[in-house]
Amino acid sequence: METTLRQTWAFMFRGYHLTRRYISWVIVFNFYALVTSATVALIGVAAHDYQLTLTLVVGALLWNFLSMLYNEIAMSIAYERWEGTLEYTFMAPVSRLIHLFGISLFSLINSIVQTVIVLVGLMLFTDLNFQGANVVGVLLVLAVSTVAFIGLGLIAAVLPVMSAERGAEATHIFQGSLLLVSGVYYPVEVLPRWLQPLSALSPATYTLTACRKLIGVGKIASRPGHLVGSSLSAVGPELLILAVMGAVMLPLGLWVFGRIEAWAKRRGKLKRTG
Amino acid sequence: MECPAIYVRNLRKSFRKRHGLLRTSQLAALDDVSFEVETGETYGLLGPNGSGKSSLIRILSTLLIADSGEVCLMGHSLPEDQAQVRRIIGRVSVDAAFYKKLSTRENLLYTALLYGQKPADAEKRALEILGRLGLETTKFSTPLEEMSRGMQQKISIARALVIDPPLLLLDEPTTGLDPRSRRDVQSFLEELRSREGTTILLTTHDMTEAERLCARIGFLARGKLVAEGTADELKRQAGTATLDDAFIKLTGEGLLTDEVRPEEAEVLEEV
Repeated sequence: METTLRQTWAFMFRGYHLTRRYISWVIVFNFYALVTSATVALIGVAAHDYQLTLTLVVGALLWNFLSMLYNEIAMSIAYERWEGTLEYTFMAPVSRLIHLFGISLFSLINSIVQTVIVLVGLMLFTDLNFQGANVVGVLLVLAVSTVAFIGLGLIAAVLPVMSAERGAEATHIFQGSLLLVSGVYYPVEVLPRWLQPLSALSPATYTLTACRKLIGVGKIASRPGHLVGSSLSAVGPELLILAVMGAVMLPLGLWVFGRIEAWAKRRGKLKRTG
Repeated sequence: MECPAIYVRNLRKSFRKRHGLLRTSQLAALDDVSFEVETGETYGLLGPNGSGKSSLIRILSTLLIADSGEVCLMGHSLPEDQAQVRRIIGRVSVDAAFYKKLSTRENLLYTALLYGQKPADAEKRALEILGRLGLETTKFSTPLEEMSRGMQQKISIARALVIDPPLLLLDEPTTGLDPRSRRDVQSFLEELRSREGTTILLTTHDMTEAERLCARIGFLARGKLVAEGTADELKRQAGTATLDDAFIKLTGEGLLTDEVRPEEAEVLEEV
């Protein structure tokens, strides 16, 4: 048990020190995330439409959290390949479960911190006040959807194992597709018909729908300073779908990772350049 | 299964080479390689670039799966017992791969934690090893990117040793080092073998290094182990005065990269 804890800590230790050493880049990324979110939110402010502003703010915050979680996990292998350390991590006596759990845990903490920074920053641009929102329900939905997104991240993380450069490119294409079809800033109904079925496959779609209901977005009674958030029972279907997605995607992600690792070892793909 | 520290029998590994979109061919990186290394012995593998040395080290390091053959390290078979093998091996590769922004201390502690070691114990051991390798302790907090290649390679050796492995796999550990650094590393490896009885598999281009460090030497050429023995035995077998000449005579090639067929070198260097 002590060994497992130390091995998990190894990934936190590495992540913390890399964040510290790359602090100027971390500041740049946080600044960019805040500015992007504020720019989107101000579209609602300019339209003098409180409901639109709220829709955009919730979309920006949740997408910031979910995309960063996905991206950090999916790109973790690519970062190791670029540094050349992937072989050393793979030959250490640490199970892949602990390895990926450690990476996911650090990514989760990182994503929470960045989202809080963006949330605080957005308060400077808009009259954000979540009084009346079902915050506990939102946190519960986020916790359930986090499992599904970690699973998605693990599935995407195999792409850089297969090909260092192409894999990293593919993870970004996949992330962009999620942004397009999940209804982050607009209802999925505005998507072309042929694209709409894809939104049903994205966990972000259900996370956003559930969180907007719980916050009270779209309710006529919701006013600035007094939101009318739904109760948890109103988002039961979304929670159930997210739980099923998590239960499928997390083990699927681990399984796929294991299969691709074995394939990479047969084909000699673990070296720095791939 | 009872076996020596390293037991390799009839090992084969080939890689697919792509010619355009549809055509592929197989290129043998290791072709029926067999050898054994006794516990506490230092065994040298000599061969030109593309001869299969790194592929062999990668198979022993659990990073590559062989097509066929037997591999057994200190009683553990590969690839079945890879979890156990990972606990007993330390590896140094020719490219000192680190998190270059992190300091020596951070890189070494990360490795120690991955192996489940207590950070305080690992830090103490790391400082001791770096001292024995002739590296100033003030460098402990310096980011790797600010260090010379020689220093980085010494830290790479420290990383392999901080986990205290009974078996060391060294893939050209002194390539690119200045003469002083090379001598520091060689002295340290001799000391390690005599003090701690560590089994060492060393691949190198340097005949002098091989003669100095290795009890036995194997010549690897085009994926085949073409000769094996002590340095004196190999010279006697070839009827030459130097190990360099023995290598050329027994393998039919020199140690330079350009003596490897370009198409082979290209594929083998990838792996």
